[in-house]
Amino acid sequence: MGALNIIVTVKQVPDTHNISGDAMKEDGTVNRAMLPTIFNPEDLNALEEALKVKDQLGGKITVITMGPPKAIEVLKDALYRGADEAVLISDRKFAGADTLATSYSLKCAIEKIGRYDIIFCGRQAIDGDTAQVGPQIAEKLKINQITNIIRVEEVTNNSITLRRQTEYGQEIVKSGFPVLITVTAEANEPRFPSVKRVMMFKNITKKEVEESYDETYLKTPEDRTKKYITEWSADSIGADSIKIGLAGSPTKVKHIEKVVLTANSKNMQDIPNTEAGIGALIDELKNEHIFG
Amino acid sequence: MSNFYNDNQDIIFHLENMDLRRIVELKEDNFTDSKTCSYSPLDYEDTVDNYKKILEIVGDITGNYIAQRATEVDQQGATYRDGEVYYAKGTKEAIDILKKADLMGMTLPRKFEGLNLPKTIYSMCIEMVSRADASLMNLVGLQDIADTICKFGSEDQKTRFLPRFAKGEVMGAMALTEPDAGSDLQAVMLKAHQDPDGTWYLNGVKRFITNGCADISLVLARSEDKTTDGRGLSLFVYERDQNLTIRRIEHKLGIHGSPTCEIQFNNAKCELLGTRRMGLIKYTMSLMNGARLGIAAQSLGIAEAAYRESLKYAKERNQFKKKILSFTAVYEMLTDMKIGLEASRALLYETSKIVDLKEGLEERMEKYPERKSDLRDEVSKYTKLAGLFTPLAKAHNTEVGNKICYDAIQIHGGVGYTTEFNVERHARDQRITNIYEGTTQMQIVAAIGGITCGLISERLNEYENDNDFHQAPELFKALQELRTNLELAISHIKKRNDTLSIEFHARRLTEMALYTVNSYLLSIDGLKNQRKKQMAQIYTSKAIPESRSRLAFIASDDYSIASLHEGIIREI
Repeated sequence: MGALNIIVTVKQVPDTHNISGDAMKEDGTVNRAMLPTIFNPEDLNALEEALKVKDQLGGKITVITMGPPKAIEVLKDALYRGADEAVLISDRKFAGADTLATSYSLKCAIEKIGRYDIIFCGRQAIDGDTAQVGPQIAEKLKINQITNIIRVEEVTNNSITLRRQTEYGQEIVKSGFPVLITVTAEANEPRFPSVKRVMMFKNITKKEVEESYDETYLKTPEDRTKKYITEWSADSIGADSIKIGLAGSPTKVKHIEKVVLTANSKNMQDIPNTEAGIGALIDELKNEHIFG
Repeated sequence: MSNFYNDNQDIIFHLENMDLRRIVELKEDNFTDSKTCSYSPLDYEDTVDNYKKILEIVGDITGNYIAQRATEVDQQGATYRDGEVYYAKGTKEAIDILKKADLMGMTLPRKFEGLNLPKTIYSMCIEMVSRADASLMNLVGLQDIADTICKFGSEDQKTRFLPRFAKGEVMGAMALTEPDAGSDLQAVMLKAHQDPDGTWYLNGVKRFITNGCADISLVLARSEDKTTDGRGLSLFVYERDQNLTIRRIEHKLGIHGSPTCEIQFNNAKCELLGTRRMGLIKYTMSLMNGARLGIAAQSLGIAEAAYRESLKYAKERNQFKKKILSFTAVYEMLTDMKIGLEASRALLYETSKIVDLKEGLEERMEKYPERKSDLRDEVSKYTKLAGLFTPLAKAHNTEVGNKICYDAIQIHGGVGYTTEFNVERHARDQRITNIYEGTTQMQIVAAIGGITCGLISERLNEYENDNDFHQAPELFKALQELRTNLELAISHIKKRNDTLSIEFHARRLTEMALYTVNSYLLSIDGLKNQRKKQMAQIYTSKAIPESRSRLAFIASDDYSIASLHEGIIREI
């Protein structure tokens, strides 16, 4: 068995951890223009697990993202950290995609890449927080999926053993290849970019590649002007136009509500420190659907 | 969580205002590396952009990863068990993350897989590492070992050792000090002898060896039988094997993460670096100068951390119904700390640039022997300046750094004396900086020649010629007085024509020189930036009375301490 082929799916997301007052519009939707974009944190954890597998067993890591041309930034970042190749799938036709359309588009791109043993995904993105795309890709590819990984226990050339967090405890699961794995923030602390790779890749741009994916992307100095990031359109991955973008997205946003959380709610202060008071507090929490 | 580069406006100011063209030209030599190396820059702009990118990553790693581990590293420390040294967990993790980021061979040439960074940029990186965890700097800063092999080793030695350093596969140590040879390295006794087949072996003990457990050490040893001075010493490369015993590690006040080892060589096989008898007088001096520049950056980084903690505390702490920052005594202390930091940084980069020019010119002369006569004068100039500025920067930054850490605890009051706050750690870590790699007293000995021979005045002339001080007449007047006081003091002492006068006033003259040079450097920055100009005004207004009082004492010709001290300090 040869070296492993690993795919990592990544997403560029608004930095929801550093929100200022201007981050939300009056209507309660996200003002993307005001938010800096970052590498989705758990996708960095996914990439780190891929890099650790590569450090141990060798192999090739291909990073893939779907997004606007600007999403090239996360692909470059992945190259800086040690990914070997990067694929951007970008097309106006992908716009407005929900998780179903996104997972279908990514599945088409992964099939075009062809060979893969492990697909690492971040558990969820900090913008949507759905945790659906990874599992949906696995379903569409009809391969094993192991979600919520907190540790890779062992990896060999033909299997991987993982520790996953469930609602009730932890499970240790082993799978052969191919397998899709979703990784949580607990799994690792991602490495930083390599300065050499930053200097090597900082000026690269993307290139639309319609020919066979097997093209060798040379990394010798003479080729420094060559383009390392492959760009594919909806047509080039053979996506069915009714399954992508807005057309392929059954999810519709019905209503957005602006919730302002405040401390020292008056109701809570009125509850006396007695057994009856605690009972009243529990009832209050149940009524507010905070638990129960 | 913060990025130690992006949050430091002063480092950014310097990088943006610094003319690196000559240094880059010498370092990159027409960008020839770009033909053979994929991460080599294509032109000047690309090179400076690379520097910024590297600094941002170092800032990210130091601010968001290494600093998080520093308290634990200090508490855990490096440990010794059954003849082996173990780094603290955080130290190991930090080294691993730096290795993965390709930051272990910053100044080595690309040919040996290094980053080919000039010392100026390296100093910025070392400051950030030290701000995060001072003790880690001692291990990361030992990249100087590789630099010394690069400068003086054979091609074969370079090929065998340097890529391993650059990849972070090996760490280094410099084994110079012995129980009876500290500041006086001429007294080194550790013996090196040669077999009939030419193989060298080491026998003896070294003490106070930072990272003495390293994979590769440079060892200063007596290779010439029956000699007793520095000319009987040679430098050896030793790769660790079973013939080295680590006897113990020291229990120190600070830099707990850095193991300080006592090591014993038991007929340990080694190889000669360069030429016999040049070990101390050439190679160790070069190695020490690199290390001294590193310590100047280390003390600055620690002081930066302590200042930030103090400012934050002074803004938060209320006493007498006011923020303590609003009290004159407190804001004056903080202002002096901040100006001390920026003066240290200006001096560090001035020195680093001089060293870069010296080394760049030397390399060029070696590479193009036919141009030797064109380059000789310039090499000589920058060699002398490096010999003066390196001890000046080391002495200044470590003394000022200690003062800043001392005041940082003072601003915190009682809690600053507890382990609950970081400033006590900074003060403990800082305390070694004006001792190791040569005490401040030794730096003064190294610097005084360059001060009295007029070299410093030549440099001040250059500052005046290269900058338009007409925009700041008041500042210029102050600079002139500082300069005149210094020159008067020097000529007064020289007229006496005895060694006692120079020895006795060496510290005072060095301090006067530092007040003067720093005033010039801050004023030059003040020509570009209003805030810096205000800083230069405050600095010079405090420097002038300091300079006057020293001149007055020197001019008084009062040497009574030389005859009276025995009577005073004879009894305990």
